Amino acid sequence: MSRATRTAGVLACLALAGTSAAQVAVRGGMVHTVSGTPIEDGVVIVEDGKITFVGPQASASIPDGLRVLSAEVVVPGLIDSRSTIGVSGYLNQRHDQDQVEGSGPIQPELRAIDAYNPREILVGWARSYGVTTIHTGHAPLALVSGQTAIVKTRGETLEEALVKPLAMIAATLGEGARAGRDKAPGTRAKMASMLRSELIKAAEYAEKRGASEPEKQPERNLRLEALAQVLSGEVPLLVTAQRAQDILTALRIREEFDIPVVLDGAAEAYEVLEQLEAAGVPVILHPTMLRSQGETENLSFETASKLFEAGILTAIQGGYEAYVPKSRLVLFEAGVAAAHGLGFENALRSITFDAARILGIANRVGSLEVGKDGDLALYDGDPFEYTTHCIGVVIEGEVVSEEVR
Amino acid sequence: MLRYLVAAALLAMGSGAQEIPQAFIGARVLPITGPPIANGTVVIHEGKIVAVGEASAIEVPANASRHDLTGKVVMPGLVDTHSHAGDVEGGDASAAMHPEVRVLDSINVRDPRIQKAQAGGITTSNIMSGSGHLLSGQTLYVKHRDAKAIDELYIYRDDGSLAYGVKMANGTNSRKDPPFPGTRAKSAALIREGFLQAVEYRDKLAQASEDPTKVPPRDLGSETLIEVLEGQRVVHFHTHRHDDIVTILRLAREFEFKVVLQHVSDGWLVADRIAASPHVLGASLILIDSPGGKLEAKDNRFETAGVLDRAGVLTGFHTDDPITDSRLFLRMAALGVRAGMTRERALYGLTMAGAVMLEMEDRIGSLDAGKDADLVVLSGDPLSVYSQVLETWVDGQKVFDRTDPQDRLYAEGGYGAGQERLGESALRSIVEGEYQ
Repeated sequence: MSRATRTAGVLACLALAGTSAAQVAVRGGMVHTVSGTPIEDGVVIVEDGKITFVGPQASASIPDGLRVLSAEVVVPGLIDSRSTIGVSGYLNQRHDQDQVEGSGPIQPELRAIDAYNPREILVGWARSYGVTTIHTGHAPLALVSGQTAIVKTRGETLEEALVKPLAMIAATLGEGARAGRDKAPGTRAKMASMLRSELIKAAEYAEKRGASEPEKQPERNLRLEALAQVLSGEVPLLVTAQRAQDILTALRIREEFDIPVVLDGAAEAYEVLEQLEAAGVPVILHPTMLRSQGETENLSFETASKLFEAGILTAIQGGYEAYVPKSRLVLFEAGVAAAHGLGFENALRSITFDAARILGIANRVGSLEVGKDGDLALYDGDPFEYTTHCIGVVIEGEVVSEEVR
Repeated sequence: MLRYLVAAALLAMGSGAQEIPQAFIGARVLPITGPPIANGTVVIHEGKIVAVGEASAIEVPANASRHDLTGKVVMPGLVDTHSHAGDVEGGDASAAMHPEVRVLDSINVRDPRIQKAQAGGITTSNIMSGSGHLLSGQTLYVKHRDAKAIDELYIYRDDGSLAYGVKMANGTNSRKDPPFPGTRAKSAALIREGFLQAVEYRDKLAQASEDPTKVPPRDLGSETLIEVLEGQRVVHFHTHRHDDIVTILRLAREFEFKVVLQHVSDGWLVADRIAASPHVLGASLILIDSPGGKLEAKDNRFETAGVLDRAGVLTGFHTDDPITDSRLFLRMAALGVRAGMTRERALYGLTMAGAVMLEMEDRIGSLDAGKDADLVVLSGDPLSVYSQVLETWVDGQKVFDRTDPQDRLYAEGGYGAGQERLGESALRSIVEGEYQ
């Protein structure tokens, strides 16, 4: 019943959006712009989906007839920098699990956009807590599991949600990549050799495809085409690596092929801070409350703070879960990191501005600045406190949630 | 490490009778059974709470070791009614019901999850085997003392017997190929048959009281089920879906067993039915960060805590460690508050409610004179994300101290936090004869 009500609410908002509803003013007792200093008694005005004013109430002139929302605390819409929701569903049954295809270890041609379900309950769940943008797609469950995409948590079709159809290509070094008995890759060294071989193949393919004589060009190969985009630097390789040695393998491959790499997971990142800093590789850190077992047995609540202190560009993710809970909320994960050395400001930054920078979408989202998308999350107190509620969510000027969560 | 040796030495001395009283002074004290005390004093001695009250009303013994906790919060040790810490195993795949199997025969007391429970302020846990069986075995109620062997974690009841319950499950987890049930109806039928068999065994024993030649061979499983039927053991019943919850109420009525409903994801749908059952000791909830992950948990909601509490169901929480992390147990209750449970009832749910569900309400769960000296020192509000557990005390012994580097490793995580506590340094001290 509650789902029906919620859907009805979303439908109503979308209907309004079709007209001229993409405008709203949001007042906050404290407005955290993230890019600048927090504004006490601030106002954010959104018109035609974009932010047109951010500043103190005293200097704001809210256009007549504009809907005005108010909250104790206003922050930029939150960004989950690494998720699988929409591609994986909350029921966890075969029919709603598209985060990995088991037929082969290397399938970079699998597009997240061909699997994303914008009506997934978990997408609405994340939205109702203030998440407006998610980087979602294939899970860290194969050597190269497929592509990722960036979407807004709105819309009933992919097109309405889509921000970036191909964000990254997801690769894994470590347990997630280990194939079944008697299948490759079965070891860490085999993982690295298979990934390197495929990148070499893709480089050769790209070179041949560039041949001037068309008869000398090989037939199109979606797999190698996808990897060629990594080699050309257009698309980062998102490498999930939890153990320190796997992180270093990722850096080694990055250097060998001169490709853009974004580290994912990185549970033991605190062991290799110098190498990470030297490489200038950004880190999308595992959820703070991820289970510490197996290759994540050494994870620490304090890793985010150590990465920030070392000056490494870091975002905190909601991540992938195979079981209960099927999805984690970046709001909660950043909150626990805030309480374990990271502090409020940096924790907020890790799920807004810095997440946007890592994802290459900081021109549109991640902070409250004039010209950026009007994506906001409203709270009745410190967003990270367990007992605070999200009371409103705005995406490009549309009020997409007014639930008290 | 050093502190570990001291604790071991005290255990070696016996009851720790030589200790001096410990006085916790200046903290905000949350007794749970009474209103918060802004400037409270708690005195413990010989493993028991001696006095609790306003600073002005409590006379601290002259020889007491005084702990100035100004600005801190003191509350009773947390009670986790459902944990798998200790790397536990229960029954195997040979049968769907294993009432003869004891989880105590499988617990690794050096499992880092036990250390993490201390770091989370948990002082008593119901350690159970899993939910992949209709009945996976006997559980074990433990105190989170520092221990070298399982018997150091035991809790004894007044009659000298060990404190434990029985773990059962319905719904999808225990549905498999034979000899497991394949349907819900078959699950209930197998459970009923199991209890009827125990009733038969009990009748045979009664008949044999006048003719010793008729005594049946001992049946460990039936012995346990008879204890359940006679109300000496509580059934901890894993259940999620509303119809499975109601099935448990039906079975409990038929066999008159005492039951704690564990997980109870759909509890909000049948709160009145749960409240009306005289067989239910309480409902112990797991609140998960998003619904689903399995079909039965698709309607798991933070709201359940407040809904059940307001319906009159004794409502508590559990970690289900490793499903949620023992170090974040306080968070579970806070999420209940986020969705409408009162602060008072949420804190009660973490402590006294669990004590009642483990039938130890006379010994643990609140700060009252005469109860076990199990308490937690917090840096602030227990329901705030920013608060840290600073110290955990069990039976008057400090088992966790955030300033101790090894303890801090388990509290925060880091390299080695996934490994057993006794590492190289312990080996050295054993070799050097320091470790008793």
